[in-house]
Amino acid sequence: MALDSKIPKGPLEDKWTNHKNEINLVNPANKRLIDVIVVGTGLAGGSAAATLAELGYNVKAFCFQDSPRRAHSIAAQGGINAAKNYQGDGDSTYRLFYDTVKGGDYRSREANVHRLAEVSTNIIDQCVAQGVPFARDYGGLLDNRSFGGVLVSRTFYAKGQTGQQLLLGAYSAMNRQIGRGKIKMFTRHEMLDVVVVDGKARGIIARNLVTGEIERHSAHAVVLGTGGYGNAFYLSTYAMGSNVTAAWKAHKRGAYFANPCYTQIHPTCIPVSGDHQSKLTLMSESLRNDGRIWVPKHKKDVEAIRDGSLKPTDLAEEDRDYYLERRYPAFGNLVPRDVASRAAKERCDAGYGVNKTGEAVYLDFASAFMRYGKEQAHVKGLDENDEALVKKLGQEIVKNKYGNLFQMYEKIVDQNPYETPMMIYPAVHYTMGGIWVDYNLMTTVPGLYCIGEANFSDHGANRLGASALMQGLADGYFVLPYTIGDYLAHDIRTGPIPTETKEFDDAEKSVTETLDKLINNNGTHSVDHFHKRLGKIMWNKCGMARNAKDLKEAITEIAELRAEFWKGVKIPGRADEYNEELAKAGRVADFLELGELFAKDALVREESAGGHFREEYQTPEGEAMRRKEFQFVSAWEYKGEPKDAVLHKEDLVYENIEVKERSYK
Amino acid sequence: MNLTLKIWRQKDANDKGKIVDYPMSDVSPDMSFLEMLDVLNQELIDKGEEPVAFDHDCREGICGSCSMFVNGRAHGPDTMVTVCQLHMRSFKDGDTIYIEPWRATAFPVIKDLIVDRSSFDRIQHAGGFISVNTSGNTQDANSIPIEKENADKSFDAATCIGCGACVASCKNSSAMLFVSAKVSQFALLPQGQVEATDRVLNMVKQMDEEGFGNCTNTGACEVECPKGISLENIARMNREYLAATLKG
Ligand SMILES: Cc1cc2nc3c(=O)[nH]c(=O)nc-3n(C[C@H](O)[C@H](O)[C@H](O)COP(=O)(O)OP(=O)(O)OC[C@H]3O[C@@H](n4cnc5c(N)ncnc54)[C@H](O)[C@@H]3O)c2cc1C
Ligand code: SF4
Ligand code: FES
Repeated sequence: MALDSKIPKGPLEDKWTNHKNEINLVNPANKRLIDVIVVGTGLAGGSAAATLAELGYNVKAFCFQDSPRRAHSIAAQGGINAAKNYQGDGDSTYRLFYDTVKGGDYRSREANVHRLAEVSTNIIDQCVAQGVPFARDYGGLLDNRSFGGVLVSRTFYAKGQTGQQLLLGAYSAMNRQIGRGKIKMFTRHEMLDVVVVDGKARGIIARNLVTGEIERHSAHAVVLGTGGYGNAFYLSTYAMGSNVTAAWKAHKRGAYFANPCYTQIHPTCIPVSGDHQSKLTLMSESLRNDGRIWVPKHKKDVEAIRDGSLKPTDLAEEDRDYYLERRYPAFGNLVPRDVASRAAKERCDAGYGVNKTGEAVYLDFASAFMRYGKEQAHVKGLDENDEALVKKLGQEIVKNKYGNLFQMYEKIVDQNPYETPMMIYPAVHYTMGGIWVDYNLMTTVPGLYCIGEANFSDHGANRLGASALMQGLADGYFVLPYTIGDYLAHDIRTGPIPTETKEFDDAEKSVTETLDKLINNNGTHSVDHFHKRLGKIMWNKCGMARNAKDLKEAITEIAELRAEFWKGVKIPGRADEYNEELAKAGRVADFLELGELFAKDALVREESAGGHFREEYQTPEGEAMRRKEFQFVSAWEYKGEPKDAVLHKEDLVYENIEVKERSYK
Repeated sequence: MNLTLKIWRQKDANDKGKIVDYPMSDVSPDMSFLEMLDVLNQELIDKGEEPVAFDHDCREGICGSCSMFVNGRAHGPDTMVTVCQLHMRSFKDGDTIYIEPWRATAFPVIKDLIVDRSSFDRIQHAGGFISVNTSGNTQDANSIPIEKENADKSFDAATCIGCGACVASCKNSSAMLFVSAKVSQFALLPQGQVEATDRVLNMVKQMDEEGFGNCTNTGACEVECPKGISLENIARMNREYLAATLKG
């Protein structure tokens, strides 16, 4: 099947408006006759479910947590972008569009990104109207901060808990519709397959996680907003339950999987402390606004710090290497994530890491304390030369901005970041790859849509900070509700979709067979045993930097591990009860397939772009080297084993932006 | 560290449940409490036994999934943290640790340490929202300035993670702190005024129907709340409620 991105004709600025004007509409009375399933109730799924219900469709929404309010979106810390130009610093729709395409290393679709920039301002208005308590300045107006990779202040935030507040906003919009009976919410339900009837997505098979019951749910269209697959790495900043299962099952039913190897490694996470570790914690990137990143200049100081004989605060300024400020003077500590992550790895690989394992760099607020403190002392008419006072005043300001992050750090690491610099290291954080969708957010399976992190669309090879929340809400509130109507307009006479059909029988059978196989396996090792091994392969061979040899090895090793898993996994308990191990086993089984496709995709891409750094393709200064011939989206078609997947290419055409070497110097 | 865990095991809602002892050795002080339970669970699985079921997801103290009593205290001995953020350095070698599920009529046990908190969701369905269309045709976000002090207070109330520790630690199993947090968030914002009366009446009514007890101002909820939601919110909700009933 040829890929058709369905990008509307006409000038970039008019595409979305014209498209909306031409799209088929469904009459409100007919919307009542149409059912839509939304899987996932994070920012993308939650906002979509609420809006579709508001429009009049009958919505069934699913999530595996006990409440939609607990979706992984809740953890987002730093903020959400919008081209409001409230700060008067030169922001505009075009600039947000430009920054996002450039930040994504020219590997995203122009038309989608421009639409995202256009609707971004509506998101803020909408959320404020819903009672989302964004940060405000003393004049009572909305406050902004700046994020990596851009030169304007366009990020709206709610302390370090922006995702929580935005999700609670979407959750409350859902609650209103649940209260009205327009959304039927299925919590603690896991989707395990998509049902395709006559080539169209017509329902899902879900498992009630409390009773173990397998259920059939039908609809005229199915929307997946099931989040990213970074947990393939085992250790990541994702919530424990985040998985690829829904997306992978959709892939197996015909949805192409795009750019699986584009993974974002976030530069400011708390380093790994030991083997028992179950997840990594992110410290919001907004910290890079005020924190300076450094390692010692000299190896002898590194050793002294590691053995505890030297405190970082005692190291003289001239003995520190502020390597981001040194290498990238224009953006300094605010370079995009891929650049910051790789630079940290480069220093640590060279032996300058500051913790016991040599995998940590410092994030230091000492200069910020003094800078803010001086300003405060000046404002308050106090003694600007009293260092202790200035530091205290500065710490107050920093506490106001990032207090909860500092507290979180202290709880985890047991060190006070007001007194000693934080230690950070990059960790897997976001997946830019996902299900391929066209401009209407429809996958290659008619009637199956994919939104938010689960799709591949807007971020290219690298995602700039504060843009995932923007995309999730844009898709859910403002894009999908229009585009899905175009498809559903043909379904007003279809009537309810029956579930007692061969297609539902078959899908249910394949789900129960897999579960039976897992539960009766009587192997010798736990699910986590296999998941951790997969994670090691992924991190070592498909991580921040990759090469052809390692990737080839990874492909073989993952296939072998998968075979071992199916022979050797052991799951206690039964299938017809609450059984967390069984649920986990299904997710890991899917990661074991995705992982292989991931490595295969990385191997094909003989260039470096954003979150995909191929060691063979770098400039003499160690920067990523893009190659024009790889200016495409890779979209993989399922053909059985991941090794047999077939590659389709969507060429990326840049008509409105000159493709330039991405430089932050 | 070596520890003795005494964990509540209960197969399902109908099972009676009992405390079972599990000795643990080599526990590192750097582990989080849930990572310590992960290690126990791996040992149980290796022995062919069923792992202890508990709710958790983000493990960053923000999703509100994790929920358990540790030595009789909701989320354990530390203050202002959820149990996923509690670290084993808060315990000593040789300690005995009791681990039990939330207890409240409105939170029936599903399995082991997992309880059903959907009553919280139903309270939110009754009124935890502002009735604005999700169309995006709203006015510019800066057209109504909000005094920073109110904005901050509203934000503080909004940080409730819906964990249920307040209910679990209240001798009356009252949900007042949780409900008042939402009511306060909206009461402090100009956007929330449109349906303030209905909101507080409906939410309180649903709270009573779900079987939560009354608030007798003991304050245990505030002490155990991992997010520092303050009793001030209960006072604000009572004022809102009174005003609403007077309005009729
Ligand atoms: C620590 C952290 C900080 C971040 N900070 C920021 C930030 O400051 N700014 C920013 O823009 N982005 C940030 N991000 C990224 C952003 O939070 C996510 O990309 C975004 O929230 C994803 O939203 P989503 O709705 O697509 O998916 P999610 O929120 O992950 O939701 C997935 C939903 O799908 C459901 N689900 C999944 N699989 C199934 C299944 N098989 N069956 C049923 N239901 C299923 C889940 O229950 C859940 O409801 C951050 C991410 C992390 C991890
Ligand atoms: S008020 Fe506090 S204890 Fe109660 S649910 Fe909210 S966060 Fe948890
Ligand atoms: S697991 Fe999310 S708050 Fe503890």
